[in-house]
Amino acid sequence: MALDAVHSEANPTHSTVVRESAVVRFAGDSGDGMQLTGSQFTLSTGLAGNALATFPDYPAEIRAPQGSTFGVSAFQINFGSASVRTAGDDPDVLIAMNPAALKVNLPVMRPGALIIADAGAFNERNLRKAGYDANPLEDGSLAPFQVVALEMSRLTLDAVKPFGFAGGDALRCKNMWALGLTLWMFDRDREPVVAWIRSKFGKKSEALADANIAALNAGHSYGDTVEIGLPLSQIQVAPAALAPGLYRTITGNDATALGLVAGSQLCGLPIFLGSYPITPASVILHNLSHLKEYDVTTFQAEDEIAAICSAIGASYAGKLGVTTTSGPGMALKTEALGLAIMSELPLVIVNVQRGGPSTGLPTKTEQSDLYQAVYGRNGDAPLPVIAARSPSDCFDAAIEAVHLAVEFMTPVILLTDGYMANAAEPWRVPDMSAYEPFPVTFYDRVPAEGRVNPYMRDPKTLKRIWIKPGTPGLTHRIGGIERNYASGEISYDPANHQKMTDTRKAKIDGIANFIPEQEVTAGAPGGKLAVVGWGSTFGAIEQAVQRARAGGADVSHIHLRHIWPLPRNLGALLRSYERILVPEMNTGQLKTLLRDQYLVDAKSINKVSGQPFRIAEIEAAIEQALA
Amino acid sequence: METTAIDTAAASAPALTPASFASSQEVRWCLGCGNYSIVKMVRQALAEIGTKPENTVFVSGIGCSSRFPYYVETYGYHTIHGRAPAVATGVKLANPELDVWIVTGDGDALSIGGNHMGHILRRNLDCQILLFNNEIYGLTKGQASPTSRLGKRTVSTPYGSLERPVNPASFALGAGGRFVARGIDVVQKELLGILKRAHANKGTSFVEIYQNCAVFNDGAFEAFAAKKAQADAVVWTGHGKPLLFSKGTKGLRLNSEKLRLEVVDVEGGDWQAAGVLVHDETNRALAQLLIDMPALAFPIALGVIYCDPLPPYEGAVVAQAQKVAATKKRDLQKLLSAGETWSIGGDASPAKN
Repeated sequence: MALDAVHSEANPTHSTVVRESAVVRFAGDSGDGMQLTGSQFTLSTGLAGNALATFPDYPAEIRAPQGSTFGVSAFQINFGSASVRTAGDDPDVLIAMNPAALKVNLPVMRPGALIIADAGAFNERNLRKAGYDANPLEDGSLAPFQVVALEMSRLTLDAVKPFGFAGGDALRCKNMWALGLTLWMFDRDREPVVAWIRSKFGKKSEALADANIAALNAGHSYGDTVEIGLPLSQIQVAPAALAPGLYRTITGNDATALGLVAGSQLCGLPIFLGSYPITPASVILHNLSHLKEYDVTTFQAEDEIAAICSAIGASYAGKLGVTTTSGPGMALKTEALGLAIMSELPLVIVNVQRGGPSTGLPTKTEQSDLYQAVYGRNGDAPLPVIAARSPSDCFDAAIEAVHLAVEFMTPVILLTDGYMANAAEPWRVPDMSAYEPFPVTFYDRVPAEGRVNPYMRDPKTLKRIWIKPGTPGLTHRIGGIERNYASGEISYDPANHQKMTDTRKAKIDGIANFIPEQEVTAGAPGGKLAVVGWGSTFGAIEQAVQRARAGGADVSHIHLRHIWPLPRNLGALLRSYERILVPEMNTGQLKTLLRDQYLVDAKSINKVSGQPFRIAEIEAAIEQALA
Repeated sequence: METTAIDTAAASAPALTPASFASSQEVRWCLGCGNYSIVKMVRQALAEIGTKPENTVFVSGIGCSSRFPYYVETYGYHTIHGRAPAVATGVKLANPELDVWIVTGDGDALSIGGNHMGHILRRNLDCQILLFNNEIYGLTKGQASPTSRLGKRTVSTPYGSLERPVNPASFALGAGGRFVARGIDVVQKELLGILKRAHANKGTSFVEIYQNCAVFNDGAFEAFAAKKAQADAVVWTGHGKPLLFSKGTKGLRLNSEKLRLEVVDVEGGDWQAAGVLVHDETNRALAQLLIDMPALAFPIALGVIYCDPLPPYEGAVVAQAQKVAATKKRDLQKLLSAGETWSIGGDASPAKN
């Protein structure tokens, strides 16, 4: 993590500290605008050339009672001049907008960390709501930390008064005051934030934009002019040595939406998205509903079932059917998934996993839908399952999901999760001309005699032909009832069902010959320990393995993109290690799959608290596994 | 498989007959099933409309009715229980040029698929919905359905059903349907006319067809479907025509004080004098009154009861997409680098992977 603070000689008026990285956590009421504050700080961090990772951590309630602990919304960002893969274990700086925000976030703060609090919000009412008997800013209970209590509320009121704002309306600008101060702390340019405020509020009310900008400037000047000295000082984090190129920040849901559009262009099929609003997947629907100029049709269906069924209907009619959801929605789509498998139609299903079961933890992350994706259907119903590993990786993962769907005429499940869906990281914008297109051809040849068999297969991939309704001379019927292998007509013949079941399985198993062999992310094949992960645990595992290797440990990192079918070399690769450790945000689902497929003694490290893994937790598990 | 590409455009299209729409599949409904009559009329309607088989798609759910797509020589998709309207919505939105028919039953449409049925009607997707109502679950061997009458004894309700039935046409009207019609399997001429009207309507055309299940609910509609009962028990609606039955000796009149219909005698054919209502198929309130007439005390209203078209959903979807797309430029590379970007190492070009 961060280097020890050193005083800079460069600026005599302010103490400046140089660090390799910093973790900042903004926390306040769910109505305080912490997510906006965090995302604007993220943008400025990206523009400053830092590597970064973020973690928005917000409650399920849209507006929980003000001042309550369960209404606390937080946004954490880790940025640095070296590689940053997670949102950071312990915040270096906490900006607490009220007592509840302090109380909820104190357990993750390490001793010595900086806490900036709005003293004005620590009144008797808010203290009582947060369950404090005494004011923690005054009773000495925060002694292990460096505390800077500022009259943020009053200073914000003063700043926005000239624009005609007072009371509650004025206090809504408090987050911009806090952002201004934070921008000063990290020596950031205010201009992009000012431009953003103008574009966001300017159309609605010029005065509102002015007030927000005034609050931002006031926070910034406060840091600049008020001589507080340490602990509040300017901190410099040098730009990271990222590969040259054009960068932007991107969240997982944004990347998934863009990847679907890219995939659609690469295969030459317009997208039809059937979707039903569900946290944390809705943003993909929102994003795609804007992109009509890319031949994207979005259909907000009446329920999850209609969402997938409409997408299946669109695929049947010759478009690229897509549906996006989260765990409970996946459960509802299960029967229709079976229909897509039986009809052998291409379909992309994105599951942005969240805490489960049932409604579970809608806004918190988990990886507990792996069994559901691989096994969760009636009948022998195999389909490919792939998983993205980070926000920007959702782009390539979505393209691959599209590719597999059309290449093998099959529904494909893409697993992301709430953490990567909402978290942002810098993304080197890819050049689309470097991607190989995979165009789709529809079948339109009328047989010289007899009828077309819609289940006629490519002998190599076993995929069936795709005939678009509207094609003359090829009328046929398909459906969920078993079909005859040779004619495609309904068949209840026992031997035929055996053959068709075997064929469907062989088709999906054969995808293992199409996907690349499994690589070792860090380390080498063979050795004492392999840490095998999938999904958004990538960052934490990668950093933990790097640290352990730097300390001389014999440990490698293997991260799976392909959950089903598994890469063809994975069995041999896993057997080349003495021990296998599988960190997962569930109770051991990939572990079970690996043990089942390869008879290897994989061991779990699990976390289902709704929070991502900390690097230190995986480091400790590695140490234990090697002991 | 041996295949040859042929130039279909050059081939002169032979005239379509009902036989052109008969598939090679052996029909497997029970002997005496009302579906035989319906499939015959649908094939005839398709031939008379002159629709191209390749542009026609039949989508069905699950149940006896839903085997229908196998028996017409068009494109067909036999999907899952209750979901045909959702699948059909995707088909039509993906290709608005396709002529989409949904075939469903009382259980499929109004029990397991009730949600989708309501929503396709309010959206007004251009398609024809044929709901075969036999007031029973046939494929699962005789359980009570959502249209089974109160007190109906079945294998699942041995002491009589305790549920009040849903009225399909009333459901369709309530959901915002703009075309609601009712027919009977055995009155083929009228059914044919209804099917053609349903096809001509742009929007969701909801057609409830009373269909006899010879095995599990035989004779359920005898009170008005029996040949000798029809004249007195059925009032056929015709736009601009008086609502008469019993060979013109009886008619329907509006009691404007109680705001309900009543049966009046018509003397010497002078229906005007008797105050008999003239059917106006664009009048939703009248349609509701006709649909809700209690059995026995009133005849049953059959025919096109309501038809007051509004622009169909898929047309609006296409128009909005075109309008929006016309104002924007399509450039994926630009879209990928939208928002604030920065370059590192002086290289502002996107990454070649």
